[in-house]
Amino acid sequence: MSDASIQATPEQPKTTSLLVADPHTQKRKTAEKRFQAYGLAGIFAGIFFLIVLLIAILSSGTGAFTQTFINVPVYLDPAKLDKKGNRDINDLKKVSTFGYNPLVQNALFQIVQDAGVETPFEKTKDMKALISASAAAQIRDVVLNNPDLIGETVDFRILASSRVDGYLKGRVHREDLARDKNIDAEHLDIVDALLPSGVVRKSFNLGFITGADASESRAEQAGLGVSMLGSLFMMFVVLVLALPIGVAASIYLEEFAPKNRITDLIEVNISNLAAVPSIVFGILGLAVFIQFMHLPQSAPLVGGLVLTLMTLPTIIISTRASLKSVPPSIRDAALGVGASKMQAVFHHVLPLAAPGILTGTIIGLAQALGETAPLLLIGMVGFIASNAPDGLASGLLDPNSAMPAQIYEWAKRADPAYYERAWGGIIVLLVFLVSMNTIAVLLRRRFERRW
Amino acid sequence: MSFVKLATSALALSAIASTAAVARDQVQVAGSSTVLPYASIVAEAFGENFDFPTPVVESGGSSAGLKRFCQGVGTEHTDIANASRAIRDKEIAACADNGVTDIIEVRIGYDGIVFASQIDGPAYDTFTPSDIFNALAPKVMVDGALVDNPHTQWADFNAELPAEDILAFIPGTKHGTREVFEEKVIASGCEATGALEAMIASGMSEDDAEDACLEVRSDGTSVDIDGDYTETLASIDANSNGIGVFGLAFYENNTDKLKVATMSGVEPTTETISTGEYPVSRPLFFYIKKAHIGVIPGLKEFAEFFVSDEIAGPDGPLAEYGLVSDPELGETQNSVADEATLGGNS
Repeated sequence: MSDASIQATPEQPKTTSLLVADPHTQKRKTAEKRFQAYGLAGIFAGIFFLIVLLIAILSSGTGAFTQTFINVPVYLDPAKLDKKGNRDINDLKKVSTFGYNPLVQNALFQIVQDAGVETPFEKTKDMKALISASAAAQIRDVVLNNPDLIGETVDFRILASSRVDGYLKGRVHREDLARDKNIDAEHLDIVDALLPSGVVRKSFNLGFITGADASESRAEQAGLGVSMLGSLFMMFVVLVLALPIGVAASIYLEEFAPKNRITDLIEVNISNLAAVPSIVFGILGLAVFIQFMHLPQSAPLVGGLVLTLMTLPTIIISTRASLKSVPPSIRDAALGVGASKMQAVFHHVLPLAAPGILTGTIIGLAQALGETAPLLLIGMVGFIASNAPDGLASGLLDPNSAMPAQIYEWAKRADPAYYERAWGGIIVLLVFLVSMNTIAVLLRRRFERRW
Repeated sequence: MSFVKLATSALALSAIASTAAVARDQVQVAGSSTVLPYASIVAEAFGENFDFPTPVVESGGSSAGLKRFCQGVGTEHTDIANASRAIRDKEIAACADNGVTDIIEVRIGYDGIVFASQIDGPAYDTFTPSDIFNALAPKVMVDGALVDNPHTQWADFNAELPAEDILAFIPGTKHGTREVFEEKVIASGCEATGALEAMIASGMSEDDAEDACLEVRSDGTSVDIDGDYTETLASIDANSNGIGVFGLAFYENNTDKLKVATMSGVEPTTETISTGEYPVSRPLFFYIKKAHIGVIPGLKEFAEFFVSDEIAGPDGPLAEYGLVSDPELGETQNSVADEATLGGNS
């Protein structure tokens, strides 16, 4: 082939020119162009799907950040709340939230009548469909904290029911209400009539970011705050355990361990562990931490331990990679001036590898933050409406959920309002993940050294 | 060496944790995903009205919940199992093997199972159990003979149904709902169409024939949904000719997307279910580990609160959400107050 071409060249020196491409070159050039087009198409497809995903998330989820509230002055009737009239806290506690419902309904009915809204409803109980079931609990809390308020009229900002909220957000349509027994079209007439005066108003929903989960019947009350704290405590456990263990293991393996079959075996297993499906760690956690060690179920401590197991291989692998990237000349120089091996590692190699280790750790944490599967088995997925933990011990040991588990739970629920909240939760989770990854990138940019 | 400090503090932390783990002060519930919404409503109200912490309610299915329940007595095991069916003798035996002997059964009410389709889809308005059997069974009666199911469209066997391809989304086998679907719909359709008799006539034993009656065809016309009703709803959304099996409460929360079919001419509502007119319904239960009463604070109070009139009664929040309240709630309240155990006499 090459002989032939060498012989062929002298025969056609006039026809070939560097400026005019011969058919063969042209073919190669078009092949290259085609390949570039494939690559570009791939990138554009990726960007397209990313945009579609972001639009879907934002359009479905932003609604969760606003909520409809109703401003009502509620008369705290002593005849109903404190029958004995002694303001004794133990007697007040006996009136359950069911006793508070009529007060709220009365108050709203009064507003509707005062505003002169034409409505077929004659009973105060008909107002129930407009008001969130959480209102009674909200008022009861206030009364139990300040028993002196009984007998006075107090202004409350209560949540509207999820259907009313859905109507103002365009999720609930009048024509669909014929078969909906939760609310009637006449209720929506009331909402329309009360909107201009500001009694019913849609505003920013802080409760979604700070609140706890709520039951199926009051989607409007559900918030992500407590599960966010759950995630935070889990990440704390992961950081405190996985970072030192992972760094110690990789320093030993990389700098001190002899090269033999056992260390080879350990290395292979670490790589394999990184690829183990996360649900396996959940089963392991259930067997070891809950059934054998008797740690409490649904506790962020156990979740953190399970996620530590999951994150360790990632941290070890990235730490070893960054230790490896420190040039041997640095170690040799340190050893050459008389440092011990440990001094060489801790004074010279580790500081230079630190940015890489931190990046690996943050990416490992971000991965653990978004993990749901292992939490399924240790009881962190479910209805866990605990109050915000009030300290380290309660944060670690009291039952709690985690952000991805909470989103999964919401996505399963029947009320369409929960669907919106699931998307809203995804937005919050994405903000966390993007900011963690940004920190990792920034750290790498700032501190990384090239050799 | 800061990491040594970190490691020691971590070890100390887990040491503290394991000593504190002995006490648990909140009720732990697991089980049926059908009962979960009701249990969560009660748990929330319980947390608001009592000084006890809010109980933790997990789902996972009736069988999984009862299995965890039966694993033993002690704070690391659940206190209550939710179930959308009654506990089986096998499960009681498994419980007993692990030392869980005194179990209190509490029936909270009834739940209807409905057939629903896309709101703009074909007019699947009326079904009988025989229709469902004819559509979904692997062997059906055609012209008096038992043959492999030849039907591809609903109109093939009932001219009143639309000429649409058969496609049904039914609950997977790990759901308690599947059992009710099989027993109340498929089995009664099997009997009504005469397939059961034909099977026995062909030499099958009665038990085998009854088991064979419960099978569904596996050629893709019937799709098992192992997830929750939201997954069934998504499948219905994507397939206009599909019908799905839902709980009444789920349907009532999604009336804007679903239309419900009558069964044997009866429309599913809380009224028709409580009178027993609507045929496909089932009782919902929860089971309490008696050994935990007095150990876990608030357990008995939670159970009593669950079945109290203001919660589980006909005007309570559970009925509002879709539970068909139990006409014999008073008896249930008494048995919870007396801590009457299954088959026991205490």
